[in-house]
Amino acid sequence: MGPKSPIYDYLRYKKKFPTVWCPGCGIGTIMGAIIRAVMSLGYDKNDVVMVSGIGCSSRMPAYVDFNTLHTTHGRAIAFATGIKLAKPHLKLIVVTGDGDGLAIGGNHFIHAARRNIDITHILINNSIYGMTGGQYSPTTPRRAFAYTAPYGNIEPDFDVVELGIAAGASFVARTAVYHIIQMGKIIEKALKHKGYSLVDVISQCPVLYGRLNKMRSPVEMLLWQKEHTVDIKVAAKKSPEELEGKYIVGIFKDDPDMPEYVSEYQKLIDSLKE
Amino acid sequence: MPNKERPALVQGNIACGYGALAAGCSFFGGYPITPSTEIAEFMARELPKRGGKFIQMEDEMGSLAAVIGASIAGAKAMTATSGPGFSLMQEHIGFAYITETPIVVVNVMRGGPSTGLPTMTSQSDTLQAGFGTHGDYYAVAFAPSSVQEVFEYTVKAFNAAEFLQTPVVLLMDETLAHMREKFIYPPTDSIEVINRKKPETPFAWFKRFEMTPDCISDFPAFGDGYRYHITGLVHDPMGFPTAVSSEIVKSAEKLRDKILIHKDRFTYYEKFMTDDAIWLIIAFGTAARSAKQAVIEARHHRMKVGLLQLYTIWPFPDELIAELSRNVEGIVVAEMNMGQLIREVKKACPRKLPILGANRYDGVLITPDEIIHSLKAVHGSKEK
Amino acid sequence: MNKNKQNKESFKMEVRLAGSGGQGLITAGMILAKAAVLTGKLNAVQTQSYGPEARGGASRSDVIISDYEQIYYPKARKLDILLAFNEESYYKYTPLLKGAGILIVDEKYVPEVKEKNAIRFPFITTAKTEIGTPIVANIIAVGFIGGLTGILGKKVLREAVTTSFKEAFRKKNLKALEIGYRVGGKHTERMKFL
Repeated sequence: MGPKSPIYDYLRYKKKFPTVWCPGCGIGTIMGAIIRAVMSLGYDKNDVVMVSGIGCSSRMPAYVDFNTLHTTHGRAIAFATGIKLAKPHLKLIVVTGDGDGLAIGGNHFIHAARRNIDITHILINNSIYGMTGGQYSPTTPRRAFAYTAPYGNIEPDFDVVELGIAAGASFVARTAVYHIIQMGKIIEKALKHKGYSLVDVISQCPVLYGRLNKMRSPVEMLLWQKEHTVDIKVAAKKSPEELEGKYIVGIFKDDPDMPEYVSEYQKLIDSLKE
Repeated sequence: MPNKERPALVQGNIACGYGALAAGCSFFGGYPITPSTEIAEFMARELPKRGGKFIQMEDEMGSLAAVIGASIAGAKAMTATSGPGFSLMQEHIGFAYITETPIVVVNVMRGGPSTGLPTMTSQSDTLQAGFGTHGDYYAVAFAPSSVQEVFEYTVKAFNAAEFLQTPVVLLMDETLAHMREKFIYPPTDSIEVINRKKPETPFAWFKRFEMTPDCISDFPAFGDGYRYHITGLVHDPMGFPTAVSSEIVKSAEKLRDKILIHKDRFTYYEKFMTDDAIWLIIAFGTAARSAKQAVIEARHHRMKVGLLQLYTIWPFPDELIAELSRNVEGIVVAEMNMGQLIREVKKACPRKLPILGANRYDGVLITPDEIIHSLKAVHGSKEK
Repeated sequence: MNKNKQNKESFKMEVRLAGSGGQGLITAGMILAKAAVLTGKLNAVQTQSYGPEARGGASRSDVIISDYEQIYYPKARKLDILLAFNEESYYKYTPLLKGAGILIVDEKYVPEVKEKNAIRFPFITTAKTEIGTPIVANIIAVGFIGGLTGILGKKVLREAVTTSFKEAFRKKNLKALEIGYRVGGKHTERMKFL
């Protein structure tokens, strides 16, 4: 992809590149997928807002040529809620990490999903706190290692998809950096969806998670994603034993008929005018 | 809404809602907490009727995040809370400082720390309103003392926030919040409303945090066609994170200087019988009402007492205190805490004179008698 | 009532309504203050204190009515009128009455009153028997104070009650106001002290 690629129109590459991300990190791949989805949907850049919290993933807004807001740890969704309510025509994309979006920001996540507010939440899930140097997160699997789990993690991990569905999000999907084509299609669908759309993207942190868990190279980690993910249609035909330790990828829920919060609020305003 | 033709009996919290609407507030994000909840309930009723938005968030951090988000999207936005909620909001008040986002935070003070005295009055968040969040910054906080003034200072809080592009705290207390009092809706054309500075330069030349002579930069809303970056990290004039020493210094000094340059414009106070006063009381909020009564009664006993009532608490009006202290022999600082403002008064007084506190911190409004008692003590200390 | 020394026309009346949470005394104070403000000539401030629980705890509402332009200290200090709806309030606040101040008690809930000149009236019982609900005892008290003092005309009191209740409750409260006003009016001679 040369500098003439249209993707450059969406990047602040002259001002901000190179990125802070380590070689082999999955976040850049996800950024590319988000931009391609926005391009393919033909959104005006002035109408797109990207909001993030704190962490490696949260540096993404600085690199993209939208209205961009880099907020506090875990709170991106709450900021996005205010923006969306105040200016409903804007397209809100929130990028969070797993610690950012599920630990410190877990409450905002479930409540935004419950309201079914029209925000696309890309949860970049690398199972580790990268920015602070490799501590375990709510999605670190049991027995995996981190600097704050030096003897192996004893906590169970969250299933982000089940959490999103239970909280009331109307679009819930999982994909992985390895499945780049699928990821692009899912993000595009998530953006088009009116309501809370959650995309759990399994990503890789070779520098911290990989090194601590015997996957030293990005390639090893991507191959791990390949081996440990099963498409939702394929998974339907498999037994629970066969799916042990696997992550199902695909669209789990896509309900366009659930009442969306900002539209409901507009209905309230209209009803009071009469 | 009140009948604008006739005096009405209005509660302090409701007058705050009236003031917010008069200032053009179109967004409220909040979380229920005594004794501020009536403000949220009022806004939930009134905002949607005007096309505005109210949202009850999942906690106070979320509330202020939504408020800041709405302001970035161009709305005049506020929240109202009390002690524990105000503490939770501190991180985002800091975010509003560094991102120069106008918001109004009403803190109806109750006793603390922690859950403290939920239904009782206090002025113990006075210092927190000035120094509550981490880092270097200059805060702005106003404190009304009557229902009529709650309206007036809510409008002023929005004006200062919009003009200075900074969070402004409106400090109320439980007594004032729940007090019902005569209120006259001012003529609409007498209400001054200030809006944030918008850019006239094209996008190509635009810098959100540009250094300007008066330290106020242009602030287009998200969606206005100016795509820029906002971050809680220390940033350069474009809004991007920086670790360059000179840029860090400039960015920090901008937050300070924009407040100091415009300090006089937003310093509000009232001198009450100070012309011939030998003894001075300094107070704000409902304690200032007790202090006014104390002045009247002390003058019946031929004590030459005056009151300086502060409506602007932060930035603290040091120069004003210094000037007034020149002509008096002693000062009493009356406040419903263990002595927060008195430290600022002592710092601001250039010469040595007796400065005593009249303090009450049992959740009850300080009485005129208690203030007079302190006046007598300061009088006595001078005699010795 | 306080005669203001600077202006002989001026007056200030301090009223405390005290009892238990749930007896509607804060509402009563609010309506008294509202009626005063609705006269267009008077200033009023109403404050309250209550515990964290809405019902059962001690509850108290202070109203200051005056023709001063500003009422500074907003709480009652020396009482012109004390209305006590329970014994605790009676014992606690009677010492704050001025020499000529008027003590009004609910005769059923404050059965033993030492002060010979206290006005005793069965507010809560009357509300039950005459209107069918004890809830409106507070508005009987409002009417009572209105009739007793004569400062607030019946017209503004009716307006204050009407604008403070939803349609469904207006009738009963207006009736309560009428009863209180009539009974209170029988004690106007007590106002000569002030």
